[in-house]
Amino acid sequence: MSAAIPLSAQLINLFASVILLLAFAMLAQRRVLPLINLFALQGLTLCLSTLVVAFTTGQAHLYGSAALTLVLKAILLPWILHRLVRKLQVKADVEGLINIPATMIAGIVLVMIAFNVALPISQLSSAISRGTLGIALASVMLAFLMMIIRTKAIPQVVGFLAMENGLFLAATSATYGMPMVVELGIALDVLVGVIILGVFFFQIRDQFDSLDIRHLEKLKER
Amino acid sequence: MDFFTLTLAIPLVSGLLLTVVGERAWAPNLNIIASLGTFLASALLTVEIVAAGPRFAFGEMFFIDSLNVFFVALTAFVGLTTSIFSGPYMRNEQEHGKLTRPRLRLYKSMFQMFMFTMLAALTTNNLGILWVAMEAATLTTVLLVSLYRTPASLEAAWKYFILCGVGIAQALFGTILLYFAAERVLGETGNALLWTHLVDVKGQLEPTIMALSFIFLLVGYGTKVGLAPLHNWLPDAHAEGPTPVSAVLSGLLLNVALYAILRVKVLADGAISGSFAGNLMMGFGLLTLVVAAFFLSRQKDIKRMFAYSSIEHMGLITFAFGMGGAVANFAGLLHMTMHSLTKSAIFFTVGHAAQKCGTQLMEDIRGLIRINPVVGWGLMLGTLAILGMPPFGVFASEFMILTHAMKHHPWATPILLLALGVAFAAIFGKVQPMVFGDTHAKPLPHAPAIIPVFVHLGLVLMIGLWIPPYLTRWFHEAARMLG
Amino acid sequence: MSFSGLLWQLFAIVLALALAPLLTGWVNQCRAWMQNRSAPPLLQPYYMLHKLFLKDVVLAHGASHLFRFAPFVVFGCMVLACAIIPTLSTDLPLAPAADTIALVGVFGLARIFISLAAMDIGTSFGSLGGRREMLVGFLAEPALLMVIFTTAMISQSTSVATIVETLAHRDFIIYPSMAFAGIAFTFVSFAENARVPVDNPATHLELTMIHEAMILEYSGRHLALIEWAAGLKLYAYSCLGLALFFPWGIAEGDSMFGLLLAIPVLVAKLAIGGALLAGIESVNAKVRIFRAPEFLGTAFLFAVLGLLVRLLLETRV
Repeated sequence: MSAAIPLSAQLINLFASVILLLAFAMLAQRRVLPLINLFALQGLTLCLSTLVVAFTTGQAHLYGSAALTLVLKAILLPWILHRLVRKLQVKADVEGLINIPATMIAGIVLVMIAFNVALPISQLSSAISRGTLGIALASVMLAFLMMIIRTKAIPQVVGFLAMENGLFLAATSATYGMPMVVELGIALDVLVGVIILGVFFFQIRDQFDSLDIRHLEKLKER
Repeated sequence: MDFFTLTLAIPLVSGLLLTVVGERAWAPNLNIIASLGTFLASALLTVEIVAAGPRFAFGEMFFIDSLNVFFVALTAFVGLTTSIFSGPYMRNEQEHGKLTRPRLRLYKSMFQMFMFTMLAALTTNNLGILWVAMEAATLTTVLLVSLYRTPASLEAAWKYFILCGVGIAQALFGTILLYFAAERVLGETGNALLWTHLVDVKGQLEPTIMALSFIFLLVGYGTKVGLAPLHNWLPDAHAEGPTPVSAVLSGLLLNVALYAILRVKVLADGAISGSFAGNLMMGFGLLTLVVAAFFLSRQKDIKRMFAYSSIEHMGLITFAFGMGGAVANFAGLLHMTMHSLTKSAIFFTVGHAAQKCGTQLMEDIRGLIRINPVVGWGLMLGTLAILGMPPFGVFASEFMILTHAMKHHPWATPILLLALGVAFAAIFGKVQPMVFGDTHAKPLPHAPAIIPVFVHLGLVLMIGLWIPPYLTRWFHEAARMLG
Repeated sequence: MSFSGLLWQLFAIVLALALAPLLTGWVNQCRAWMQNRSAPPLLQPYYMLHKLFLKDVVLAHGASHLFRFAPFVVFGCMVLACAIIPTLSTDLPLAPAADTIALVGVFGLARIFISLAAMDIGTSFGSLGGRREMLVGFLAEPALLMVIFTTAMISQSTSVATIVETLAHRDFIIYPSMAFAGIAFTFVSFAENARVPVDNPATHLELTMIHEAMILEYSGRHLALIEWAAGLKLYAYSCLGLALFFPWGIAEGDSMFGLLLAIPVLVAKLAIGGALLAGIESVNAKVRIFRAPEFLGTAFLFAVLGLLVRLLLETRV
């Protein structure tokens, strides 16, 4: 039974649970800056979890991805987002389309779905961290939910990045990480994406005097 | 320097160069020359591959076989004609005060970068890099869609980014699962994402994982193909972006995304017994076809309408590849080619027409045949071609898809016929009064580049009447590889 | 069941009766210290009970039998709960009497009676308090059950004694599920015991009070019983939490030494727990009553997550 789980696996499970918890916290967070901080914290947890996997399995390239995660997701991206929030003078409140308890219930349902989808697969895995695949998928889905229910631009982007976090967790947990060249490519894409979005925010604000993307609902099928 | 390196290097270098030098009088010509260079390199590469068979480049990083070399050539060709077309078109936009010089610079450099990312996506052997290149292609085009900085274009670009971002994230999850499945067979070498290695062991990949992986990849890349129900970004991005961007999005990006699905389908088919992947694709294809056909009749904006037409054709092609088998694959590949050529030609003429009348609303575009008979006839012929009228190539491929469907999947035939019929009525009924009818529009300051339209339509017509034997052979080989 | 077992069981009940007001006093004292007030004496709740037992009972005109019975039922429920929860030993005669689900039922029974009694008189405050109490209970109970299911899955049994034995004997393993369950349990305990984020035991502000609103009409020995029962409830929840999440030190079997050792361990654990409770209460602000569902929803969320994480991460098939 459970007694056979080695300490490293316990730690990985713990970090994965924290990531899931942070995903929920982000879903429930009403303000922008704490949201970004939560995202940074998630990146940090991801980095720690990757480090444990790297240390346990002796996969050298995982140290690289851990460092990449730390620099990109825990420091650089939150910093850029903080700057954006300050420069754009975003209002502190985040509005959601549906209230928070309803969101939470939807989140729980998503987590159940994700766990069910992932269960047969994680049983096939021999990786030490295989159980976290379901959590990774759940984080992806929760971030997805966050993108759907948020009406402001920056929370949507945080949701997008959190989705990337979940995917990264999936990569480390199921397979000990993708090949380095792919990981670098993904990191580059994410970074460029955020920079482009930064430019884009300014365009949106100049055009609408607000970052509420409910202004962006003119194009519809009539 | 071999031809392959040139094919990839020219757009990359010229993209950077165009960024550095900025908007000059000769920048459009540089753009054209770079595209011409890319096209020539790709044509020579095609000749080489057809003669000598598949090969690797840069170790095993890139892999060119008869399937993707055909897409490379097509991409480079449409890139070339689009750059020719965009010269006078963009100047006219500048004179109308819609674009400033920095934005023209952005347009040209991003256009070349876009070409680079697509060529890289097509030729890479690594499915992870394929993902990276696809995402990069999205990123380069986001800023192109919002080039006009109007509220509508910003909205379209935002939607494009978010929806495709979500889609591409699903695709990444699929890729991770694929890697996971591959690692169990190939071990933890760096080769587990290389398609050429995967295809050797495709029978040993774990079916459960592969099934899930394929679903994620299909939904993910399917978002970029424009498969329903995730097609919402496509009409907006096409309608609000500059016309050359609409042309390459419709003619090329959708193809590249579909190509990614095809590559994965080969692996999924090998791993999963039965036609799981094929059935999924057929389902999504039919749904897309029907949804698009019925939305077509409600459109008021001409570019939106043709964007929906692109969705419709992508649905048909996905359906064709879903059926599988040599004939359907052949038809699918042919239809992809025909659609790329025809649809970009249509967008060229639509761009000119909209520029002349100063609007994209179809009810305000009238009498094209009087303003500029060449543009008018171009639009008419292009529309006839895309609707699948007999002498054109689209007819041949659609006919093949339909007969194959009647033979092997008779239940789908009425749905296909209904959707195609609805689409025909909708498009033809709207294009006819635009071409013929009264008008009082003024001529444009820069004469439109109309040659690309007729080159494309000429090719489509030629293939409709007679497919050159080497093209047939090449298509057959590619179709056989798809299984 | 042996005679000594019976004696120990009795002793455990007496201990609960004696320690419960002390725990309340200790929490109040800690709270006063942390808020820089001069603290009431530790034994204040005893003085209070003493005073109330000596006073006459004043009954409202419309009071029915239910109103008079309710304090006894509530008090009885709480004593029973304290007897079921393994405070000193897992091997006491009453332990197999009810499992954790029945335990939740016992708490529920007490809640129903006190709410009914509150509505019995027909004053607006009473009904208001009763309604709010039911709202809190309706949200807290599923969360508590989820917490219990999580622990039950680890030990494969719903009996409190078995759960505690399994948990005390396991190797030291980080259970993320237990962490989630622990947080959820803390949340639920705060809500159930009318503690700060949900209710404030120290005020009579009509807009916010829940527990106090229900017992406004009680006086004399009835009030004493209800206050004692409230103390017992806090004691029961604390002991349940300690038993589930910090089971070390609880005796198994009825060896004299183990049981004698269990007493100081229990007192020490309760003292730390009470201080922590006071600390958490001091740093938090009471939330509006309409936010209470959100608070309890979070508890439920944690509990469900714990269960799910348990299913996914910690079962090896």
